[in-house]
Amino acid sequence: MLVSVLIGAMRFLVGGRGRWVGCGPAAAQRIYFANHGSHLDALVLWAALPPALRAGTRPVAAGDYWEAGPLRRRLAGAMLDAVLIRRGAGSDALAPLAAALAAGDSLIVFPEGARGADLLPARFRSGLWHLARDFSGVELVPVYLDNLHRAWPKGTLVPVPVSAAVLFGAPLRLAPGEGKAAFLGRARAAVVALAGMQHPEAVEGASAVAVAAGGGRA
Amino acid sequence: MSAPLGWLFGGLFVVLTLATLAGRRLVARAGGGGERQATLANLNERIVSWWAMVAILFAAFALGAGATTLLFGLVSFWCLREFTSLTPTPVADHYAVAAAFYLFLPLQYLLLWDRWYGLFAIAIPVWGFLLLPLISVLSGETRDFLPRIAKVQWGLMLAVYAASHAPALLMLEVPGARAGGFGLLAFLLIVAQGSDVLQYVVGKTLGRRRVAPRVSPNKTWEGFLGGGALAVLLGGGLWWLTPFSEPQALGMALAVVLAGFAGGLVLSAVKRSLGAKDWGSMVEGHGGMLDRMDSLAFAAPVFFHLTRFWFAA
Repeated sequence: MLVSVLIGAMRFLVGGRGRWVGCGPAAAQRIYFANHGSHLDALVLWAALPPALRAGTRPVAAGDYWEAGPLRRRLAGAMLDAVLIRRGAGSDALAPLAAALAAGDSLIVFPEGARGADLLPARFRSGLWHLARDFSGVELVPVYLDNLHRAWPKGTLVPVPVSAAVLFGAPLRLAPGEGKAAFLGRARAAVVALAGMQHPEAVEGASAVAVAAGGGRA
Repeated sequence: MSAPLGWLFGGLFVVLTLATLAGRRLVARAGGGGERQATLANLNERIVSWWAMVAILFAAFALGAGATTLLFGLVSFWCLREFTSLTPTPVADHYAVAAAFYLFLPLQYLLLWDRWYGLFAIAIPVWGFLLLPLISVLSGETRDFLPRIAKVQWGLMLAVYAASHAPALLMLEVPGARAGGFGLLAFLLIVAQGSDVLQYVVGKTLGRRRVAPRVSPNKTWEGFLGGGALAVLLGGGLWWLTPFSEPQALGMALAVVLAGFAGGLVLSAVKRSLGAKDWGSMVEGHGGMLDRMDSLAFAAPVFFHLTRFWFAA
């Protein structure tokens, strides 16, 4: 009931309909990984899933933020059934995620680890690679959350109404022998490619830069 | 709802029924040509959307001035949301945008509902004009300051201030208005939207010479003059909704058609400067809410002030 009110308010504010570009909504076990620009991200991505898939899909959120007050704790725990992790705890931080995946849940993760201010995601942290390696049967679905960093930018107190969209891309899998940097670069590029469908002008230059930087490092 | 308005909605029902039947026949008859089929599919989507828009308007009119004002408040909200979504506003202007949405938009419609004309007329152009740049300057960011505040103010003026002049007709005291403020509002909506539809239909069938190919490739001289003339005649035929005599109704309809055409042209240019074709995807077949409201946003203040100056008590 409270969740429906929350989703209704969010839709009024930012819309946030899902567009299934690279895959359809399916009951397969999945890790949705997305760019992170606002506190609305987890709710918007979760609500973009068909209701039948929402129950088994849990957002991953930072415990230091979402356990800081009673309202936030209630929102993250009772309403969205979030998996809370401790940022900066090293590989231990992934234990609750591994437990949720082992129990058959799907996850929503933000591999940048923190909210950014830009159209395109920052460098991905390594957690996604560890999960991809340990749970090879789980589909990794890239998601681009468009415009949410403008609806509720980091450091501001209230969101403003700006139409957002949720783009779901084609699932990835870890290739045999694929290294951490290569996989994380490929995962980020998949999100950037979805961003390019919304902002061709912004991504053409940016992806060229990203490819050049990745090539240099390899 | 008064008798003239009852007749009006009855007439709209008949027109939409005929349009629906005609649309189906055209699809059944059309050959396999891809572009023609796409145009017809879009035409039928537009007709379905018109049914929804007329039904919503009918419900609002039946519920009264409060509901109609609220409906236009929501329309302004969606138009401003579409405008803000396409206009790149940086974080520095976040609170100015928030003030536009959470302060000035509700204020404008509350003033309408309260029939406080004096403040309604100046809230956004005077108080908003002064307050919004002040909020932006507090962020301390000076880069592109003038274009930034211009975007916020322009969106607010267009989507809220200009558009609010349509429901503002409900607060005019007009002697001799045959169906009150609702009759005037219905006249404005039907002439402005009818002009869009007729220009679209005439343009699609006869249009050849483009008015402004770089701004709006779909607008042709044939569509503008032919569709515009038909819309003026349509307005002349609706004199019984208004306090106007028949020649006066023709003149008012002409003003609405010209202002509406200007609105469509100006907003096309704004849209193109932002690199978009449609303002959104809210209204099936039409694009966004602003694609349907562009002509009305320009026509409403013109019609409101002409009516207020010449006819109001």
